Amino acid sequence: MTDLRPLEDAQDGDTGQDDRLIARVDNVTMRYGDKIVLEDCSLDVVKGAITCVIGLSGAGKSTILRLLNGLRRPERGHVYVKGFDICHMPERELIDFRSAIGFAFQFAALLDSMTVGENVALPLHEHTRMSAEEIGETAEATLDSVGLENTYNMFPSELSGGMLKRAGFARAVVTNPDIVLYDEPTTGLDPIITNLLTDTIKHLRTKLNGTAVVISHDLHSIYMMADYIAMLYEGAIIAYGPTDEIRRSTNPIVQQFLQGSEVGPIPV
Amino acid sequence: MKLFEDFGKGTIEFFEYAGGLTELGEETLSFVAKLRIRLTETVLQCYLLGVQSLVIVLLTSLFTGMVFSLESAAQAVKYGVGTLVGGAVAYTSVRELGPMLSAVVVAGRVGAAIAAELGSMVITEQIEALQSLGLAPARFLVVPRLLALIIMLPLLAIFADVVSILGGMWIAQTYAHISYETFMSSVRQTIGFDDVTRGLVKSVVFGIIIALIGSYQGLRTRGGAAGVGAATTGAVVISIILIFISNFVLSYILYGGSTG
Repeated sequence: MTDLRPLEDAQDGDTGQDDRLIARVDNVTMRYGDKIVLEDCSLDVVKGAITCVIGLSGAGKSTILRLLNGLRRPERGHVYVKGFDICHMPERELIDFRSAIGFAFQFAALLDSMTVGENVALPLHEHTRMSAEEIGETAEATLDSVGLENTYNMFPSELSGGMLKRAGFARAVVTNPDIVLYDEPTTGLDPIITNLLTDTIKHLRTKLNGTAVVISHDLHSIYMMADYIAMLYEGAIIAYGPTDEIRRSTNPIVQQFLQGSEVGPIPV
Repeated sequence: MKLFEDFGKGTIEFFEYAGGLTELGEETLSFVAKLRIRLTETVLQCYLLGVQSLVIVLLTSLFTGMVFSLESAAQAVKYGVGTLVGGAVAYTSVRELGPMLSAVVVAGRVGAAIAAELGSMVITEQIEALQSLGLAPARFLVVPRLLALIIMLPLLAIFADVVSILGGMWIAQTYAHISYETFMSSVRQTIGFDDVTRGLVKSVVFGIIIALIGSYQGLRTRGGAAGVGAATTGAVVISIILIFISNFVLSYILYGGSTG
């Protein structure tokens, strides 16, 4: 992925049909109640790359993920995915469209009334014409690929935190989506499991030959997997580029965040 | 000014709620019309929402029928119209008490359970997970519960009718010495098949109300555990109020304000 460069020539209003982009958040403003979470926020998602979005807690990072699969609609601006403006897509069309976008939730969000295997098999039942036997085999193979052998018949409540996250990954990727969105995949886990999950994300990206957008606070993990880093601050992306460039950024806000310093322009 | 503000805010909230509920109802019914139904889940919900409510419905109906008979039988005998007690108990049971009591009991038990379950799914992101998988929560969660209640509430109402009448018959015989034959003869003369079917129509409407209100309250849950509590309480209160209102409207429509 070293040949990827930031899309400096991508213009506001592009529909995301640039061959290098698979998705584009374009000048989006979003609020919850009276609180503005994103304001004129733009983000390019490069096809085939892992883009990590970093930022302070409550900065609106998870909101960006939800915008990218249409779970939230912006007050202003556009969100293009695979060339479609999903902001104006009717909900019923969006439901079908979302099958091309995997979403791994922060706490996995497995349906607790179903077994792990049934959770992973669910999208296959709904979106493919595979036989029940094929679905079972595919779901089992996907669980194996994230290191969860022999968990098909277990219930989510029987899994540890790390296993739950991997089961969530398996469900997100079982349909071979074009984009996988990971919401804080390593939060609250020990360093060994964190490394394991980071490797899993990289492995899944390679296996699917797809794109990933990852929200995370874990800088070590980000440096291991990210091709691009975008920093969200006060509702907008203030820095975006290849990982090495962002690490060397002279922006004091970015540097304070990366160093975890209490001293700097970010008020503590 | 504050009064006007509150009134305006309340009005907006009311119409937002009504609009959201209508939207959910329309979406759910469109899935039913297209037969996009999860059969296994529907059968499971019939068991969870219907069969598991049977005992509580039977108990409340039994004692209500007994109380009604206790209050009316002695007076009826005193005024020489003891032969009408069976008819009176059956009339009220089949037309009102059976459908209403079963609905109110189910609203308390099942409406709350639906709101709590769906509300918990909202705060643990399971609803968003369904949407992200390209699954409509209305089809996945609401349709099975709606169908289960449309099927099971009328059945529960029939059980409620029967148990209420039997309880009334036992009390009438025990306290007012009205024989079982006299009681049942009065029942047969007073109620007909139409009364039963109209009562069941009410039950179907009540089932729709409980399922949709419970689901909508659950799906609009916000704010963690406290939000689930509020959604649950709201589901029970709103369902019961709507059951009483719709019962009046349905009685007027079905019986045309007549007494016969």
